[in-house]
Amino acid sequence: MKSENKIASLAGSATLSPEQVIEIHNLKIGFGDLPVLKDFSVQLFEKENLVILGKSGSGKSVLIKCIVRLLNPDSGTINVLGENVNKLNDRDLAKLRMKIGFLFQSGALYDSMTIKENLEFPLKRIKKNLSQKEMDEKIEDTLENVGLSDTLHKMPSELSGGMRKRASLARTIVVDPMIMLYDEPTTGLDPVTSDEISSLINDVQKKYDTSSIIITHDIECARATADRMIMLKDGEVYLEGSLDEFEKSPDELIQSFFKPKKM
Amino acid sequence: MKAIGPVRKKIPKLPDVKKRAIKLSENVIKKTQKANRFFLAVGEINLFFWYTIKASFSRDFEFREFLRQCYLVGNKTLPLITITGVVIGLVLTIQARPVLAEFGAVSMLPGMVALSIIREMGPVVTALICAGKIGSGMGAELGSMKVTEQIDAMEVSSTNPIRFLVVPRVMAATLMIPILVLYADALGILGSWAGANIKGEVNFVLFISQAFSAVGFMDLFPAVIKTFFFGAAIGFIGCYKGFTAGRGTESVGKAANESVVVASLLVILIDLVAVQITDMLL
Ligand SMILES: Nc1ncnc2c1ncn2[C@@H]1O[C@H](COP(=O)(O)OP(=O)(O)OP(=O)(O)O)[C@@H](O)[C@H]1O
Ligand SMILES: [Mg+2]
Repeated sequence: MKSENKIASLAGSATLSPEQVIEIHNLKIGFGDLPVLKDFSVQLFEKENLVILGKSGSGKSVLIKCIVRLLNPDSGTINVLGENVNKLNDRDLAKLRMKIGFLFQSGALYDSMTIKENLEFPLKRIKKNLSQKEMDEKIEDTLENVGLSDTLHKMPSELSGGMRKRASLARTIVVDPMIMLYDEPTTGLDPVTSDEISSLINDVQKKYDTSSIIITHDIECARATADRMIMLKDGEVYLEGSLDEFEKSPDELIQSFFKPKKM
Repeated sequence: MKAIGPVRKKIPKLPDVKKRAIKLSENVIKKTQKANRFFLAVGEINLFFWYTIKASFSRDFEFREFLRQCYLVGNKTLPLITITGVVIGLVLTIQARPVLAEFGAVSMLPGMVALSIIREMGPVVTALICAGKIGSGMGAELGSMKVTEQIDAMEVSSTNPIRFLVVPRVMAATLMIPILVLYADALGILGSWAGANIKGEVNFVLFISQAFSAVGFMDLFPAVIKTFFFGAAIGFIGCYKGFTAGRGTESVGKAANESVVVASLLVILIDLVAVQITDMLL
């Protein structure tokens, strides 16, 4: 409740209609001579799942790293919950990041810690008022949701690639963020687990009213979760629309994402 | 013998000149880039240093991580330092003895060996071992955390990675290396006694009291102070190199390697400065 009021008040203070959670304007970023995003603008609305498609190397991961300021753009503005990310001081940035869940493409589990400690790490720092018992319960619940309840005391190196992905998803959602940024949540998973993860993403969205950006190549995951989709190409938005519009698009590039793979 | 012919100066053809000019400008650009990178690195290391200092004084100190690092620093280096300490004392004694005997000054042996161990050999050798073992370990560990985005993950869960990773490591090295040095000193003197024992029995208590009568406060004090700086330098360089590792896996090895080189060099340089300062004070 409190946080909702906050969004409303923040949104009121900035020139932002209340339901826009993330607003990116004319984002430009490159590395050396290589331009990655050229003139990229997009909005994420409240309680919405936005799926981002794009070829490998098109800058999808770079985009969401800019949102949490792991990378600094060359120009353009990024507003998250009404605050200009690139103008925040360290403390405010840390506060804002507490409301954002970030699933790394590589998982990025802390490999000197057990799975339990991995989940405890953000929980301890973000939900400071939980007791140890509440924390343990929350960790177990979350792990069960991703189907990993028996790995509590294992090290990340003892898990398979897909299990690591799920563990890191658990670590991201355990703190109930308001905004979720998923970088390829289902890559490397079998179809059954993929479906489970997709419905988990939907569950999280419904339960906590989160707004999410989901980067994926997995069309099934996109079908299951997308409210709106965009296609990224050459550093710009190539196409924006609903799932239907994407599926009916005559464009060859788009169709190549949707048509079943030839054996 | 070369055939004598008209002396012809080789006049470069036009495309040749052009090529050379291009090469020259390419070289200039390369050099400037190199210089730029150097100054960037200097700026970066400065910034990293101040962030570390700032984070050291922050309210919530990661005490458990600090203890864990202290344990790791000690645990990793103890066997090596034990052996080295004893051997240094032993070798110094065996080598110094004939020279001293020539001057009929064998009674000075314990004091001389103790002095050289406490003032120089103990601190420097221990620090160099730690630079190899701890510096490379920290460089590799933080480097791999950087490459696998674990440091980024910490940052997005609102944890200052410098506070959580760097500060406990630098502090642990700063605290533990002096302790390890004192330990190596003690073992060195023990080794020296063992060396003296090879040629005839030497009373242990007598040996020790002779050794320590030669060592004054002003020998021990500066030697201990400089070891804190050794520790800080080793921890800091290891962390810095790890933190600034590039994006590929090969940069982990590079980070480990560079931390050993730079940390060892720094240890020697700090030692040089420390010796100068003590010399001025005495
Ligand atoms: N930190 C960095 N330094 C230099 N170049 C980078 C950096 N991060 C990304 N790049 C480059 O930016 C481009 C886009 O990378 P990005 O990781 O965003 O791709 P992506 O769309 O996520 O691809 P994939 O689907 O394969 O994950 C790539 O060409 C990559 O080499
Ligand atoms: Mg990516």
